[in-house]
Amino acid sequence: MGEKRFMKGNEAIAEAAVRAGCRFFAGYPITPQNEIPEYLSWRLPEVGGVFVQGESEISSVNMVYGAAAMGTRAMTSSSGPGISLKAEGISYLAAAMLPAVIVNISRGGPGLGSIQPAQSDYLQATKALGHGGFHAMVFAPYSAQEAVDVLYEAWDYAERDRNPVFVLMDGCLGNIMEEVELPPMKELDEPPEWSLSRRNGRDWQGNITPIYTEPILEGLNAMAGEMYKSWEDDVKVEEYMLDDAEYVIVAYGIAARVSKEAVDTLRARGVKIGLLRPITLFPFPKSNLRNLDYSRVKGIIDIEMTLPAQMREDIELQVMERCPVYEYGRSGGVLLDDDGVLEAIEGFIEGGENNG
Amino acid sequence: MAEYKRSNLIADAPSGYCPGCLHSLATRLVSDVICELGQEDNSINVISVGCSALNLLYWKGDFLGVAHGRAPASATGIKRTNPERLVFTYQGDGDLAAIGLAEIVSAANRGENFTVIFANNQTYGMTGGQLAPTTLIGQKTTTTVYGRDPAVAGYPMRMCELLNTLEAPQYIARFALNSPKGINQARAGIKKAFEYQLAGKGFTFIELLTNCPTNWKMSPLDTLEYMNENTIPYFKPGVYRDKEAEVK
Repeated sequence: MGEKRFMKGNEAIAEAAVRAGCRFFAGYPITPQNEIPEYLSWRLPEVGGVFVQGESEISSVNMVYGAAAMGTRAMTSSSGPGISLKAEGISYLAAAMLPAVIVNISRGGPGLGSIQPAQSDYLQATKALGHGGFHAMVFAPYSAQEAVDVLYEAWDYAERDRNPVFVLMDGCLGNIMEEVELPPMKELDEPPEWSLSRRNGRDWQGNITPIYTEPILEGLNAMAGEMYKSWEDDVKVEEYMLDDAEYVIVAYGIAARVSKEAVDTLRARGVKIGLLRPITLFPFPKSNLRNLDYSRVKGIIDIEMTLPAQMREDIELQVMERCPVYEYGRSGGVLLDDDGVLEAIEGFIEGGENNG
Repeated sequence: MAEYKRSNLIADAPSGYCPGCLHSLATRLVSDVICELGQEDNSINVISVGCSALNLLYWKGDFLGVAHGRAPASATGIKRTNPERLVFTYQGDGDLAAIGLAEIVSAANRGENFTVIFANNQTYGMTGGQLAPTTLIGQKTTTTVYGRDPAVAGYPMRMCELLNTLEAPQYIARFALNSPKGINQARAGIKKAFEYQLAGKGFTFIELLTNCPTNWKMSPLDTLEYMNENTIPYFKPGVYRDKEAEVK
């Protein structure tokens, strides 16, 4: 049995990371993720880990790069503007094939944007976390509990692939207080053979580099492409009331949470509607969306807490014009609310307007 | 006494450095001292970006290639999680004093227990000889074709002096590699820095004045004389900080 606690989303992430074996964290203050470094600043030393407050996001992610090269489970967290600064380091992690976990508790953007919650970083997370054309698995939990579950497994994926793992949440989920069940502390293996640690008895020269000769780099990039394809087996998705659904909401994170309530409300009014909730944004649950019964489905509704919708193109690639795709969202730190979502959905169903 | 054989941590292959470049000598000194201290298997070379990255081709000890300017940050991640290792960064002046200024100052200020080897040749060698923060007044580069003008490009930045304003560093010293005397002093300074690190005493910083015959557009011999007449008067060699000596 796990241990039950009432925790803020950000703190739940931090504690789950510790229990997953994270022993190094470096980060720089930015709202709305500050509870993660604050919690880890006292928690990591309790378990023999290291916390460093970096002088910048750039420095912090490069500290993580160094710790990860030693085979230490390492993490950094930030919010949109800081994630942009970490882009360099995330690209280097991918190039040097280093596992690490990066958490984005996102806020209104672009630019300094606003400090209030928004789902403004979908495209950055799923298409280009940095230069060079690489990908990381992107998880988008929609509750504190699911964040715990995701963090607990995150390094297992990262080490399996020797690639960074990205967790995308928003300021709502980071600051929500919920009951969570915490898993036990993981027993840590000795550092991996590829790492620069000598604690595993390695007696040969170890080297890790983010730069390669051209044919080797081409080969590594091709291998990475195969790895991304293999992630199709790792898709995580929740399908809620889709069996007879004529309308399908596609939403992740906080938007999925609001959408789920909308589904319940509309079902009570007799509307055949369901929710398809990607838990992994990359890999995107393509086949779940592609294989819907489009002789029954009359419309797909993309609900995101950002404007314009960023997931829409990924959705349209699977729907292939077999039904209309609608979008609804709020942006800039203005939150989605039940009434607005319900009104929008009912408007799509009644009028079919705003298609396009 | 120097032994005239290839050092244990340097591969039996061409270094890739231009003829007459003092980078080769600098890395050789570092390698010699590590071997002398019996730290071949315990050392980690944090290799930065620029001509310093040629270390990637011939360094035979454990190494981590890192992003431009970020070596002190990555070294922090290494050393904090593996304090028993001998960790050093090897950085040029563009890497350390321009793009990596925040990282070097902050690592020094935290008193990180690793060693920074700073090769200062007053230009960006790898990219073809552009203005560096350490380029001397009047020195010609590909982005200051009439010579560095302080009115538009500021003054050469003295890193030892800048870091010496901080409380935490244990050892800060500058040596010039254009004479046998300077080379011997540099070797002793590197050894002292590594010994301090192994004793857990904190941040140690070694600046090595080097040359760039290719981009200075001089013969190697002329660069040594240029250093005597121009570089050394501005970047004065010496031990700027030695906390042990202060105690005595």
